[in-house]
Amino acid sequence: MELFTNQVLAGIATGAIYACMALAVVMIYQAIDHLNFAQGEMAMFSTFIAWQLMQWGVPYWGAFVLTLAFSFVAGIAIERLLFKPLAKAPILTNVAGFIALYAIINSFAGLIWDFTIKQFPTPFGSSPFLGSQLISTHQAGMIGVTLVLLILLFFFFRFTRIGLAMRAAAAMPESARLVGINTSWMIALGWGMAAAIGSIAGMMIAPVVFLEPNMMLGVLIYGFAAAVLGGLTSPLGAVVGGFLVGIFENLVGTYIPGVGNELKLPIALALIIVVLVVKPAGLFGRPIVKRV
Amino acid sequence: MTAMLNVKDLRAYYGQVQALHGLEFRLNEGSLTTLLGANGAGKTTTLRAICNMVRSTGSIEFEGASLSGRSTENIVRLGIAHVPQGRGTFTTMTVEENLQLGAITRKDSAGIVSDIERMYDHFPVLKQRHTQQAGTLSGGEQQMLAVARALMLRPRLMLLDEPSFGLAPLIVRDLFRILGKINREDKVTILVVEQNAQLALELADKAYVIETGRIVMSGSANEIANNEDVRKSYLGY
Repeated sequence: MELFTNQVLAGIATGAIYACMALAVVMIYQAIDHLNFAQGEMAMFSTFIAWQLMQWGVPYWGAFVLTLAFSFVAGIAIERLLFKPLAKAPILTNVAGFIALYAIINSFAGLIWDFTIKQFPTPFGSSPFLGSQLISTHQAGMIGVTLVLLILLFFFFRFTRIGLAMRAAAAMPESARLVGINTSWMIALGWGMAAAIGSIAGMMIAPVVFLEPNMMLGVLIYGFAAAVLGGLTSPLGAVVGGFLVGIFENLVGTYIPGVGNELKLPIALALIIVVLVVKPAGLFGRPIVKRV
Repeated sequence: MTAMLNVKDLRAYYGQVQALHGLEFRLNEGSLTTLLGANGAGKTTTLRAICNMVRSTGSIEFEGASLSGRSTENIVRLGIAHVPQGRGTFTTMTVEENLQLGAITRKDSAGIVSDIERMYDHFPVLKQRHTQQAGTLSGGEQQMLAVARALMLRPRLMLLDEPSFGLAPLIVRDLFRILGKINREDKVTILVVEQNAQLALELADKAYVIETGRIVMSGSANEIANNEDVRKSYLGY
């Protein structure tokens, strides 16, 4: 029983990271109807920025805030420079753009910081949480940071005018323009926020997986799995999906013989396929109906 | 009277297809004008061209300023509210959020709150349903909401694209009565595009008739209503 509880709690902790990545993916998907394959690399690059700042002597939370700001601006810049010009381009052109962005960021990170793994500090320590062996303080911290983030986002989208405008621009762009919303900037803002959310995921998971240019690959696939499971049109679904995938991953790895660590990633991919076949809209998503 | 909106030589295109062929008309401040025409005559295109939602050439002046080269959202910010065909309702959001979105460009939060109350006075059914998802409203209620949302901008000019479409006759009467009231009391200049010529001519004080992208007739609503050709083509008697 203790093993089970332990695995579930650990699953919730990594699930929190998947939830953040899924949320970032869903935010961009809502705005431009494309999956951002480079979301993980953007988060990885941000995490390197945080690491570099700390190497230069900036304290952890200072580096954390500066990285958030950097990621937000960089996300907007990527949208303005690369994806705004592609807004009316066919889907494959956009996919090529995302893959190019993935490769560019990955290579640049390797060029600047090389491919050897680096230690990334945790601000929460890694002792047992509240004296319990079930979960470490860093894992508890990961869950806590994610929950705070989710609450802030909820209030932002529910109760602020700019949040309302962003939702309107994503849901019905033409109607949004007709009430005077600059939808183009709302999309850019969505990119900025998605990049910042991704950077939080990167900084939280880096102490666990170690910092190196390919560290987010697996995390992003779990994030995609979470987003698909929850429904690509639902931010809440993305979050719930994130936690479910985290728990599922751990339980399958623990209890199904032969899965272990090696087969965990294929299981996430299998999960994507199963959801797409059985319930394409995901748990919370709305089915997409196109009128012709 | 000065012209609030002055449209000259307006030509609009969908790809290679030209939909408007040199349209000319003007709206006087405070007027309620209707643009009549059959399906495909270019009524909707005219409204879309005013808001720069379709590629067009020619000159459109609003209160002396040219609208050409402005984005849709900037044109709206000048005080031109457009209720599009299909109503443009934010279906996944609540009625009240729809009204707030109508006022999204305004900065006076106290004024917005009191305007929402004013809309609930105009359209009591919206108050009953203010927490409901807008997509669950009936067609008539959604049209009320669309008009209310447009008014939340405190527009100087309101463009309505076939507000009667798909509504029961009684509801259309009600809606048109409210539009007349808004025109008189709130001093909003209104341009309404309609296929329901009879009602539109009762409501309007000026009318234009559009055929295949050209204005073929203009005059006071009375003159147009009594015109032999119009009666045959659009009023059916």
